[in-house]
Amino acid sequence: MTEPILEGLDLSVVHGGKTILNVPRITVQAGEVLAVIGPNGAGKSTLLRVLGLLEPPTSGVVRFRGNPVTWGSRDLLVIRRRFASVFQEALLCDTTVQGNVTLGLRLRRRPAEAVRRHANAWLARLGIAHLARREARSLSGGEAQRVSLARAFALQPDVLLLDEPFGALDPPTRDELLTVLQSLLRQEGMTTVFVTHDRDEALRLGDRIAVMMDGRVHQAGNPSEVFGRPISEEVARFVGVETILPGRVTGERSGLLSVDVNGAKIEALGQVAVGESVLVCLRPEDLVIRRRDEQAAADSARNHLEGRVEQATPLGAQYRVRIASDPALGGVVALVTKQSFHELGLFPGSPVVVTFKASAVHLIRR
Amino acid sequence: MEIIWRGILEAVRLIVTGDPDVLQITWLSLQISGGATLLSLLGGIPAGMALALARFRGRGLCVALVNTGMGLPPVVVGLFLSIFLWRGGPLGFLELLYTPTAIVIAQFIIAAPIVTGLTMAAMQQLNPKLRLQLLALGASRWQLLWLLMREARLPLLAAVMAGFGGVISEVGASMMVGGNIRGQTRVLTTATVLETGKGNFDLAIALGVILLVLAFAVNYLLTRIQQRGRAT
Repeated sequence: MTEPILEGLDLSVVHGGKTILNVPRITVQAGEVLAVIGPNGAGKSTLLRVLGLLEPPTSGVVRFRGNPVTWGSRDLLVIRRRFASVFQEALLCDTTVQGNVTLGLRLRRRPAEAVRRHANAWLARLGIAHLARREARSLSGGEAQRVSLARAFALQPDVLLLDEPFGALDPPTRDELLTVLQSLLRQEGMTTVFVTHDRDEALRLGDRIAVMMDGRVHQAGNPSEVFGRPISEEVARFVGVETILPGRVTGERSGLLSVDVNGAKIEALGQVAVGESVLVCLRPEDLVIRRRDEQAAADSARNHLEGRVEQATPLGAQYRVRIASDPALGGVVALVTKQSFHELGLFPGSPVVVTFKASAVHLIRR
Repeated sequence: MEIIWRGILEAVRLIVTGDPDVLQITWLSLQISGGATLLSLLGGIPAGMALALARFRGRGLCVALVNTGMGLPPVVVGLFLSIFLWRGGPLGFLELLYTPTAIVIAQFIIAAPIVTGLTMAAMQQLNPKLRLQLLALGASRWQLLWLLMREARLPLLAAVMAGFGGVISEVGASMMVGGNIRGQTRVLTTATVLETGKGNFDLAIALGVILLVLAFAVNYLLTRIQQRGRAT
């Protein structure tokens, strides 16, 4: 692996005796989008401020292109000017849109003509050229955030830092801007650190995902690794695993593991020794539901759990169905399309069978 | 009512004919209060910004002192400054008592806390995250302060107006440390007091009207600057 463009080593931030951040090592490779996800208060924004040289860490060092950055040195401003940030609030200055987009370039004392040309190009790319002469305070939330993005891109930063840039927008606007941002990041090959608490945003933009909780990075890797093979129960819950059942590996035959979950047998793939205690993790989208009185269609699913519908919650195009398994293993949560939900005629108390493949099971050692 | 009308007519006459005494008094008032306001801006804006933006020991005490200072009675300022500038006082060797400089000092002491306090409030009402955004845009320390001042320009101009308004209308301190000496330290307010005392209501009202017009003109000018490009 090549040398990272940005690297944090032994970073810690302590405020009033409380450790907000404790990250032994985090790296950002040139050209990648690193999505940092985690619940509110996990320390994501603090990490971003420290990496962006906007807040000094209590201890540790940030390295830019391999060189450690010293706080209070003259280099600090020079290196900070290689970055650009967009926050959840657009934080525009009380002037025109044009004045906002040119601000960073003017602070760098670039020639006026180049500043104007550059700003106009980015206003156009974000689809807000027609707003150039408008006062920033008269913009809608979505427009303001486009200006904020244009202001950051116009700086042509080496690293773009995004802190929940869509957190305050309504869903359609958010979706629209995500699409715009996604294509801009790709076209520019922009090295980006993207902080969000939204899994879907992280999946859409992230080349790599870091899961942060309680100030620490619990897991970092490519999206399929983090979402498919979470290393702990907390990470599993955050990345969308809704069914977590405690069990024990009782047997192994040609790579296929038998896991005993409170008397029921579940087959799984994995590298766990016989006799070990595990947590069986199932993603709701990997589970299929059929009525118990229906004939099972021929399928390759090795696992069948019987249960009864406990609760069904509509979520737009899908239903989130919570099932109480019959030998009481615990709650199992599955996603069912609206259509099959109605075709199956499910209601609370309906007897059902939940099926899933052995490869859909992820085991976490306890 | 008759008296007031006569006073207003007298004021018009004095201004139109360019009465040298009145012109001199008006000009001196403008110079003294304008100078004192300018000095209070030079001291008060940096102090207000420091109190709003920096965190240091004793900051709370400073804020409380500034807030108290915003309501400082001019006569008390006049009294203590007189004692200091008195021939036998600690600053007596400067021989400033009964000079325009003494009035400027007194008015500076009155205006500085007002400007400081309102600057502090102006800075504190900005979104605290804006500082972070401006730093992230690559602002140096001085660029940051300049941009924050520009963001707070409306309330900052209000601070200028309040400072000027506080001193142009003040009479107690000017009287005590200036002495109301004709042609030297007589300003609009002290002259008005004198003429009222002498029963020259025409002239007193004329001076009062000039004072009002002057205060209005300066504030109108500042308001125009403040509200420029702000049609909504």
